[in-house]
Amino acid sequence: MLRLEPRAAPSTLMAWLSPLLAVAVTMVCGLILFTAVGKDPIASLKVFFYEPIKDVHGWSEMGVKVAPLLLISVGLALCFRANVFNIGAEGQLVVGALAAGAVILALDDDTNGGAALITLAVLAGAAGGLAWAAIVAWLKDRYNANEILVSLMLVYVAELLLSWLVHGPLIDPDGFGFPQSRLFSDGFLLPVVLPGTRLHLGMVLALVASVGGWIFLARSFAGFRLRVGGMAPLAARYAGFSSRRALWGALLVSGALAGVAGAAEVMGPIGQLTPSISPGYGFAAIIVAFVGRLHPVGVIFSSFVMALFYIGGELSQTRLGMPSAITGIFQGLLLFALLACDVLIHNRLRWGN
Amino acid sequence: MDALAALVASAIIAGTPLMLASLGLLVNEKSGVINLGSEGLMLVAAITGFAAALTSGSIALGFIAGAFSGMLLSGFFAWLTVWLGANQVATGLALSLFGVGASAYMGIDYVGATLNSERFAIPVLRDIPFLGQALFRQHPMVYLSMVLCLAIFWFLQRTRAGLILRAVGESPASAHSLGYSVRRIRLAALLFGGACCGLAGAFMSLVYTPMWVEGMVAGRGWIALALTTFATWRPLRVMLGAYLFGGITILTYHMQALGVPVASQILSMLPYLATILVLVLISRNANWIRLNMPASLGKNFNPNT
Repeated sequence: MLRLEPRAAPSTLMAWLSPLLAVAVTMVCGLILFTAVGKDPIASLKVFFYEPIKDVHGWSEMGVKVAPLLLISVGLALCFRANVFNIGAEGQLVVGALAAGAVILALDDDTNGGAALITLAVLAGAAGGLAWAAIVAWLKDRYNANEILVSLMLVYVAELLLSWLVHGPLIDPDGFGFPQSRLFSDGFLLPVVLPGTRLHLGMVLALVASVGGWIFLARSFAGFRLRVGGMAPLAARYAGFSSRRALWGALLVSGALAGVAGAAEVMGPIGQLTPSISPGYGFAAIIVAFVGRLHPVGVIFSSFVMALFYIGGELSQTRLGMPSAITGIFQGLLLFALLACDVLIHNRLRWGN
Repeated sequence: MDALAALVASAIIAGTPLMLASLGLLVNEKSGVINLGSEGLMLVAAITGFAAALTSGSIALGFIAGAFSGMLLSGFFAWLTVWLGANQVATGLALSLFGVGASAYMGIDYVGATLNSERFAIPVLRDIPFLGQALFRQHPMVYLSMVLCLAIFWFLQRTRAGLILRAVGESPASAHSLGYSVRRIRLAALLFGGACCGLAGAFMSLVYTPMWVEGMVAGRGWIALALTTFATWRPLRVMLGAYLFGGITILTYHMQALGVPVASQILSMLPYLATILVLVLISRNANWIRLNMPASLGKNFNPNT
């Protein structure tokens, strides 16, 4: 009989191996799934794990997906470390995109643009996401309302808000009634960092956020207070660390980063406001944050894995005739696998009784 | 009068899936486990139930299939959280995310298919003026859910097993030292909760719409979670809350139909905003929550340490 035996101390090695193990387990589950529905498992694996990264173009497309995932998951890593379960990043992303889009639509006259205005639009996006997260922080701080449920409800509200705006006030007057805004002119699009691809400045912002988040958590006193508050709330209180400040700080930072991700999406690959801005990046980033061990640099690795799943899902539609919903299944499986593998951090497997 | 009766009737239908799911979650939470996977459970059950009903031609079989799919997934949830000690919040989120993807995948062949919904009415009672139309022409599952609500109330407050369940939720260590298996009791609670969420999801696709649309649960799993807090973990208040929310949902439809000059999207926000409002109003009094919330809610218990 295989059984679990508690370890004397948590295993650091397993803490870092567990995400890799989880990816492997997800791949095996994927193989079983593909075989079960009668697809060639090797060809399927190739579509998911080789095709997306076989050339520079593939890598750049990965980067396009990594940018929003990384931006959001860095913020969520801070949040979850502070024990603040902000799971409404999707809504903060949408409001960020809306804010940036609204600013652009107000300023854009087809001739202007440039660095200053782009910065303004990205900042507007950050402010939008921040404001949306601030509602969660305020209701939690002032009224003790559960942040999980409030942030999630606000996702639905944000999506309806976006839908209303692109059907009404922000609709393209020359767009034949299609529910979308007019296209932003080139002066308002994020510059491409790799010529000939769609890889935009958002990727750079994401890497900056990642390094910044790491410095904050590992090197600053505020980051230390935040971590202690999450790991040992009573110790933090005894030390006089404000849990309110941690709550507000974590939510505002993660909201702002999700807002930037939204702004970068509409100012990058999308180029206008549409009814659906994100294929669930805000939710996928929750998984990314956990798989990246809530470490602002660790999430770079997991963002790439998640981006693989997104692109693999798109490719499997054309190459294998599999629906792209397969991405969602893989996302869920990955988090399940991680949670199961994490058991080995505190336990070891033993044979016998 | 007829319009009001129709409104009450449809509010009850709209509230039923919320009530079913919320009752299941309430039993989970009374045992000390919070299952954030309810949205995913409901979605998977909605498509499983719909597919089963469409292939077999039996609505009842659809409900059974839905309940089983809910139990299967919540059994998996129980294995991860209760046995392996995984974080309940993270595991629940995983279940919800997985459910969204899995249901979309399973449902691709069923988009656009419709079930012919049967009409039901209780003889004699259906002819009572007003009440007949408002209350007695519902799907049997509506009445079953009301019975379930009363049964859960009775179980939790009046039976020994209910007392043990509550004890596990309040202080698993005490229950364990008295010789009760915390893990098995929590597993049983989770399986029951999963079945309830399954019935709720199946009700959505079999009776409420009745068809399969991707993401059709539209946050009801989360609203059901909020309802347990709203009800301060009391079954009869869950019923009240569920019908209240059903009423809000129906009211927004009616306002649209009546041509209220507000965009449909704004009206559709109402149930979500109402959920936030309700959470704020109830949670404002921290002591009240602390008094009513199962003390070990969300905390895992390992009998071996």
